[in-house]
Amino acid sequence: MKRLLGTAFALTLSSGVAFADTVRLGTEGAYAPWNFLNDNGEVAGFERDLGDELCKRAAVDCEWVTNDWDSIIPNLVSGNYDAIIAGMSITEDREKVIDFTQNYTPPDPSSYLALSADVDLAGAVVAAQATTIQAAFVAGQGWTVVEFATPEESVAAVRNGEADAVLADKSFLDPFVGQDGLVMLSRMEQIGGGVGMGFRKSDTELRAKFDKAIQSMKDDGSLNELIAKWDVATQF
Amino acid sequence: MFEYCANPDSLEGLTWLSCYLTTGKHLSFYTSFGTVLLLLAITAPVALAFGFGGAAMARSKVGPARLFGKSYISIVRGVPDIAFFMFFVIALDQGFEYLRHQAMCPDWDQPIRQGNDFVVCSAAKLPLSTSPQWIHEVYGFFLAVLTFAIVFGAFAANVIFGAMNSVPKAQIETAWAYGMTTRQTFWRIIVPQMWVYALPGLSNLWMVLIKATPLLFLLGVEDIVYWARELGGTKHARFTDYPHGDWRMWYFLALLVFYLAFTKVSEVVLDKLMKRLSLGQATAGGEALRRAAQ
Repeated sequence: MKRLLGTAFALTLSSGVAFADTVRLGTEGAYAPWNFLNDNGEVAGFERDLGDELCKRAAVDCEWVTNDWDSIIPNLVSGNYDAIIAGMSITEDREKVIDFTQNYTPPDPSSYLALSADVDLAGAVVAAQATTIQAAFVAGQGWTVVEFATPEESVAAVRNGEADAVLADKSFLDPFVGQDGLVMLSRMEQIGGGVGMGFRKSDTELRAKFDKAIQSMKDDGSLNELIAKWDVATQF
Repeated sequence: MFEYCANPDSLEGLTWLSCYLTTGKHLSFYTSFGTVLLLLAITAPVALAFGFGGAAMARSKVGPARLFGKSYISIVRGVPDIAFFMFFVIALDQGFEYLRHQAMCPDWDQPIRQGNDFVVCSAAKLPLSTSPQWIHEVYGFFLAVLTFAIVFGAFAANVIFGAMNSVPKAQIETAWAYGMTTRQTFWRIIVPQMWVYALPGLSNLWMVLIKATPLLFLLGVEDIVYWARELGGTKHARFTDYPHGDWRMWYFLALLVFYLAFTKVSEVVLDKLMKRLSLGQATAGGEALRRAAQ
């Protein structure tokens, strides 16, 4: 044990030549098309392309890290990575704990997926991923909400009848339409303030860098191109 | 992996499956079995050492050592595992970083706790944010071993403490009568004989430890359950060469087989060990062996 500790220390000490320029990006890796693991097990998707481009424009080296959605904010705050880029909507509650950049997708409606198109939502059980704006919304309506740790499980709950409908970002639910008889309801909910990158409140400098990079991508239209490529949201 | 995998759309049946099962992601899944086995192989002896130390302290004649041993056993046994795992990742990690911060950045003038944020100078970060990802993983693994060892060590300490007290009093008194010191009695009489009493309790702990490894993901280590869930999840044709529906059941079925096989092997080994330890002991098991040998 002591030797293990010793080597761990030696390793970390010896590699400490030039710091501050590697930014660790935390994502969930289970929310296609936003972020997911490709066949090689690497992070891919809209936010992978976006993050890599932003890092290039901000002139920093970036490293991708995956983390459970549940503990994604606590791990940012305690310093295990430096930014969250995980399809996270900007909300007031989250802004009490972390700071966001400007949004990189506009506020978009969330959709429902169900086994039949005429579900009465008020009397239904609605599934959502835990600690998302969608879960908060359903709870706020006074409906019955069941929360799941991963988005995959929230869709599976509808398939196996545990829930009557699932509420999530439309772009995540789109590919499921038609599978196993899943249909999208015409009703949509306008919630959230768009998606942004999250930073520690003390990290104002880094946040400003990425904010500027997002602005430059908005200005030259490359952000819209990426949104269109992955079909994640409406364009700016 | 194989050359014929270049165009998965055209494949069918077993060829498709052979390509599907050898994607980079699946290789990570197979590697994670190694991670779990390695974790068990390292954690078990370390936890046993913690347990032995805890038990020895709990029955020590020195007041503070006894107090430390007893409170270690009762506090850790009393707190829910998951709370410990949540607490330890953050607390241990921040503790190490705090110490390094004090040592390496003496002229840092900002507070370490800023609201919710824990901020240390970048040289004190553990691992450094510039370190490659594998160092972060090794560090997470190390934290996992330490946490598992502390938690399971406390349970092991209680088992060993009880086992040490189960060694027949007559044996110890005889040792004293022969003029052995307390230390000699402990190492020559108590320790060799207590294992037979400790083993049933320890083997229980081992079984629980095997199945506790999914807690690893709380510590940032990608274990077999994480990969099973990730691989089994629905894959859309747009995002993968191998689209499929919700296949989590099959992956979890594979895990079920793995865990059953692993516990079965453990049982066989532990049974053998129990037989070996019972040899010549003044217990029912030892008596049975003696009769069988006659």
